[in-house]
Amino acid sequence: MDAIFLQILNGLDKGGAYALIALGLTLAFGTLGVVNFAHGALFMLGAFCAVSVNKILTLQQIVLDPTQKTAWGTPLEIRTPYVESWFGDFGLFLVDYSVPVSLLVTIPFMLLVGIVMERGLIRHFYKRPHADQILVTFGLAIVLQEIIKHYFGANPIPQTAPSIVSGSANIGLWIGLGESVVYPWWRLVYFGFSALVIFAVFAFLKFTTFGMVVRAGMFNREQVSMLGINIEKRFTIVFGLAAVVAGMAGAMYTPVLPPDYHIGMDFLVLSFVVVVVGGMGSLGGAVTAGFLLGILQSFASMNEVKSIIPGIDQIIIYLVAVVVLLALPRGLMGRKGVMED
Amino acid sequence: MNQGSLTKDIILFVIFAGLVIAAPVLLTPLGAGYPDLLQKFAIFGIFAIGFNILFGLTGYLSFGHAAFLGVGSYASVWMFKLLSMNVIPAVIFSVIVAGIFALLIGFITLRRSGIYFSILTLAFAQMSYNLAYSVLTPITNGETGLQVRQLAPSDRAADYVLNLRDEDLRILDQAFGVVEQGIPITNLFGIKMSGYPGFYFCAVLLIIAFGLSILIARSNFGMMLKAIKSNQNRLNYTGVNTRPYLITAFVISGMYAGLAGSLLAVTDPLAGAERMQWTASGEVVLMTILGGAGTLIGPVLGATLIKYFENIFSAINDNVLQGFYSFLPDSLNEIAVAVSGMFVGKGWHLTLGLLFMVIVVFLPGGLMQGFQLIANRFKRKKKTDSTQHSKQAAE
Repeated sequence: MDAIFLQILNGLDKGGAYALIALGLTLAFGTLGVVNFAHGALFMLGAFCAVSVNKILTLQQIVLDPTQKTAWGTPLEIRTPYVESWFGDFGLFLVDYSVPVSLLVTIPFMLLVGIVMERGLIRHFYKRPHADQILVTFGLAIVLQEIIKHYFGANPIPQTAPSIVSGSANIGLWIGLGESVVYPWWRLVYFGFSALVIFAVFAFLKFTTFGMVVRAGMFNREQVSMLGINIEKRFTIVFGLAAVVAGMAGAMYTPVLPPDYHIGMDFLVLSFVVVVVGGMGSLGGAVTAGFLLGILQSFASMNEVKSIIPGIDQIIIYLVAVVVLLALPRGLMGRKGVMED
Repeated sequence: MNQGSLTKDIILFVIFAGLVIAAPVLLTPLGAGYPDLLQKFAIFGIFAIGFNILFGLTGYLSFGHAAFLGVGSYASVWMFKLLSMNVIPAVIFSVIVAGIFALLIGFITLRRSGIYFSILTLAFAQMSYNLAYSVLTPITNGETGLQVRQLAPSDRAADYVLNLRDEDLRILDQAFGVVEQGIPITNLFGIKMSGYPGFYFCAVLLIIAFGLSILIARSNFGMMLKAIKSNQNRLNYTGVNTRPYLITAFVISGMYAGLAGSLLAVTDPLAGAERMQWTASGEVVLMTILGGAGTLIGPVLGATLIKYFENIFSAINDNVLQGFYSFLPDSLNEIAVAVSGMFVGKGWHLTLGLLFMVIVVFLPGGLMQGFQLIANRFKRKKKTDSTQHSKQAAE
């Protein structure tokens, strides 16, 4: 029982990341009808926003202190981050909270990237076949990935979560399962964060006029534009929103998994599988399938399961995708008439 | 098939065969006249031709073709280890194994079309890649990759518990009493498959593969595939079951990939799982698109160009760039070196990605479409010129 509960928890943060990326993919697909293979690269860009913010915040001022000597007899170098010498305790706070703080940079940056990408490239591909869309965004993903590799190198760059959430939560005690169920705080935070973002996106689409127009546009684009609404412009913003969601997911994920330049590609393949399992064009399906597959994956990596079917942890997601696609052609919650060529 | 296109095809085939055979001489001025690179041209040419039979003719975009390449490589190395260093059994076995593998995958994936098909093939390729790294380590030797080793000592050869990863059996070689010295090298009845003999072996197979692809494209079967590409629904309504045609195309295409993988093992008897990664699948898609999907010669052209530029661009480093920009003043020189340094050497993939985007955006038909456009423009010019002349003459 403990072990099962722990595996469900383990699946939640990864599932959260899958769900967020899949949500963005589905938004882009449902509104613009574009299959975006560069969405994983957006996740990666978000992660590297967090890395850059951390780098900037920890830029250090080096002061030589002649009163203290090192073992070699040279004056001791005292390194303090600039933000600390400028702002004191608030500076330290900023350094400690660099990952959440980086969201302040990530959100506007990703919005800009998303809008530029849509206006500059994707809009020319609405009427082209899906194969062309896949190919051009695949090329874009390679380009973004290589630029990041050029500036940040090929090695993963570890990030630390704020010290207040650096330990593990003793969840077992809260719900009376004993002390064996412990779970890192940050991953719990990540799960909460992804749930919040998903909720916000749904609320935005459901309860605002903007969201209503977008939903109407997803349903019937021509008719909405005939009503005199500039649907193209709103879809561009939705694409930007999808990019923001992916970027935030990436930035917040950095303490869980140190980002490197191909983190996006790794997540993209899985997220596409998630989207397809959930049903192309269904937002609810994407979220459900994201968490479901995340949890399934963590179950499959249990030693007990691995000893029965060796290697299952490596292929479980793909296996589920194959089975779902063959049994339910539209995925779990796919709508009729979407992508049925 | 009408007579005109038949003669055209024969001419195309003869020219192609001539160019491939003369490639070592023709490509020397371009700095590509050495066997290692020429072998790659031929091998990836075969891979791209095979991919084109599926993507170019039927429009089904597979993102998992590298799996067949990897399977072909593994099958070949196992043949080298178990039977003989002679390449014939290895090549035949690889093609068969890749074909069976393609049949299995195709049978499942071809139930869906469009983007679902792309994702299913991708899923299968990733599964194969992950399994090759983890559970299948006894067969694939995991991260180290499968290698050809020294022959097991003869007193141990009959031993049932040979460690096949470290010692090889090579039953046929032993039966015929082939003497091995040092590291075993692949051969074709005694001709060593390295250097130019290796290239010509690949070249002959490339020519055969190309000839077969012409035959397929011009046959009734090929016409059926093109019909599937242009309108599958209509074909279904006329009572044609398209699935057998698609599966056949998928298997043929997988066999081509298996052949290419086998040749990779022939020229360098080593097989690793990274050959199955989806970036490798992306590369063959790029080759085909760059040359022109659906054209006969395009895929080979694309494969050659990409392997050529990969070779040239990867070799350029900062020193070379500094020499190239030496005419600029120092500060400008530095900037120029820093900027272009992003695109060469290790940054070659950036150039590749940009090239990919440019081709898809501006020339979806690939280079062959570009040539066509240029050719048409010239033709039109000539025609207008001649009509003007005749008008003048009439006046």
